[in-house]
Amino acid sequence: MADIAIRAVRKSYGKNPTLHGIDLAFASGEFVVILGPSGCGKSTLLRMIAGLEEITSGEIAINGKVVNRLEPRERGCAMVFQNYALYPHMTVAGNIGYALKVAGVPKAERLRRIEETAKIVGLSDYLDRKPAALSGGQRQRVAMARAIIREPNVFLFDEPLSNLDAKLRVTMRAEIRKLHQRLSATSIFVTHDQVEAMTLADKLVVMNKGVVEQVGQPLDIYHRPASIFVASFIGSPAMNLFDAAVDVDNACLTFGGTKMVIDRALAVRLGARHITVGIRPEQCVVAPEGVSIKVDFIEELGSGRVIHSELNGHPFAATVDEHTRARPGDRVTLELPLAHLHLFDQETGRRIEIDLAPRAARNSASQQTLQAV
Amino acid sequence: MDKRAAFRSWWLPSLFALPQIILILLFFYWPAVAVLRWAFTLEPPFGGAAEFVGFANFKEVFADPLYWNSVGVSLAFALCGTLATIFIGLVLALAVDRQLPGSAPFRFLYILPYAIAGPAAGMAFRFILSPERGLMASVNAAFPDFWNPAKYGSHALILVIVVFAWKWAGYTFIFLLAGLQSVPRSLIEAAAMDGCGPIRRAVDIQIPLLAPTLFFLLVIMMTEGFVGADTYGIVARTTDGGPNHGTDVMVYRIVEEAFRGLNYSGASAQSLVLIGLIMIFTFIQFRFIERQVHYK
Repeated sequence: MADIAIRAVRKSYGKNPTLHGIDLAFASGEFVVILGPSGCGKSTLLRMIAGLEEITSGEIAINGKVVNRLEPRERGCAMVFQNYALYPHMTVAGNIGYALKVAGVPKAERLRRIEETAKIVGLSDYLDRKPAALSGGQRQRVAMARAIIREPNVFLFDEPLSNLDAKLRVTMRAEIRKLHQRLSATSIFVTHDQVEAMTLADKLVVMNKGVVEQVGQPLDIYHRPASIFVASFIGSPAMNLFDAAVDVDNACLTFGGTKMVIDRALAVRLGARHITVGIRPEQCVVAPEGVSIKVDFIEELGSGRVIHSELNGHPFAATVDEHTRARPGDRVTLELPLAHLHLFDQETGRRIEIDLAPRAARNSASQQTLQAV
Repeated sequence: MDKRAAFRSWWLPSLFALPQIILILLFFYWPAVAVLRWAFTLEPPFGGAAEFVGFANFKEVFADPLYWNSVGVSLAFALCGTLATIFIGLVLALAVDRQLPGSAPFRFLYILPYAIAGPAAGMAFRFILSPERGLMASVNAAFPDFWNPAKYGSHALILVIVVFAWKWAGYTFIFLLAGLQSVPRSLIEAAAMDGCGPIRRAVDIQIPLLAPTLFFLLVIMMTEGFVGADTYGIVARTTDGGPNHGTDVMVYRIVEEAFRGLNYSGASAQSLVLIGLIMIFTFIQFRFIERQVHYK
């Protein structure tokens, strides 16, 4: 159990800065997921916490103690690597118990703890095998057992599930979550998969291009993405984003030949300018009136289907239920509820904190607020 | 996929192959057959009709105590030389593989001695380790005869092994560095997370994974130590096989007997014995040591 503080941490390779000042604080026992596209610096940050990468400036403290100058072995972290990094010449037992062997734990005690740990991850029958004789999921378990046996203060996971097939990934995800509930060590999990991130995290950190875009609980981030990047990165299918103009005189948003009436006071606050409007595909509703789109193609999901189209020159997707019949070429009318619209500043890419449908009005959101021109 | 080039006629491909075939016949098969013939005949030193003598040449060779001395010297030279080159190459490769700042020039410098001819290195070391003027002269001044390869066979043997190791460590270094660089970096990092320092990592993780490379180098260096051109060149230029046959390795003895003593038959018999010895050694290595090697 340990809390972690990351203060103004920067990293550059030669003259290329990869992390531009990261400030984060993780509470003891939290499951933190760092999410971002490849190359955003998330793995670098994790490796800096582990001590595998030097910190260019700033400091990292584990349990209140600055660890910048400490060797990896002195930091009390255990890490699960993306490619598992199992020692190919050692048996499963050898792999799991290696840290104890290095630490000089007597053999009898070591064997006992290897057995215990192997039982936790369900590897008791495989202790004598070499890693080459294991399946991907079993190797993953060995890698986790190797981390667990050290009883670390901090668990670090570097995209540990990305080499597994889709089904196994879901199973292992659940196992990691269960494991965390059982051991409740502070865990930091790096991934580029937003589904993994949403399902695992207590606290989600979204990174892009070496900066933290947003920190928060997964649902908060889903409902209130702080920037265009976060909005487009989280959620599947991705949030629809399109350009709209604020018409203060008529108190409406105009886009692609559609006018959407908004509260006059809000229109004044927004001011006459172009903004980016976002709405999640699952929040579009098929309705008699609203925005009319032409169906390009349809993706079947079984439980529903996704209509792909175009709006105002931007790709536009809408999730509809399985009873909605549509064919490529058909026109579908969608209502875009005001309560679910996200507004973003086009210059900064940040969220505009204006709620188009104040809480009181939200229940009556079905009242028509759209009119086709 | 069939990638063979198709020739319509037989003479064109033959023509292409001819230079290579001539070279092999001229410089490999002809001498090999000649050695085989000479070993069982008595070959007059200045030409003329040879007389078939069966195993008489071999009997003579085996009866000579100096021959058995040279077998012992060769064994010591090849074993110590091999172990020294591999050990030095390994230590250097492990150090360079850590990629500490400023280590890049060393990668080049460590390979450099391999580019120098053995006899030249031997000449240089004759001066560097000369008992009167070299590095050891000051030690000799305090402890007379502490180091004197001109007087003691054991010192002379150490001298030629040092030259051999100095030159060939660069060679093992290249292979071992390449081997180390194919060990996934994450394994080293995992070991660091598991609490290992650099030396423990080398012993527990890197060296076991280098086993195939180490085995390859063992076979190659043993062969090089027994019959390598350098082995002859170093001994000939550094100690001349002396003092008192102290560095009389088998290749040196063979060349001396054949071309100074003009005893072609005796030298040929010794050559065949040497080839047999190398085959036995290689067999032992594959039979007993390769079993300990895990390729994957």
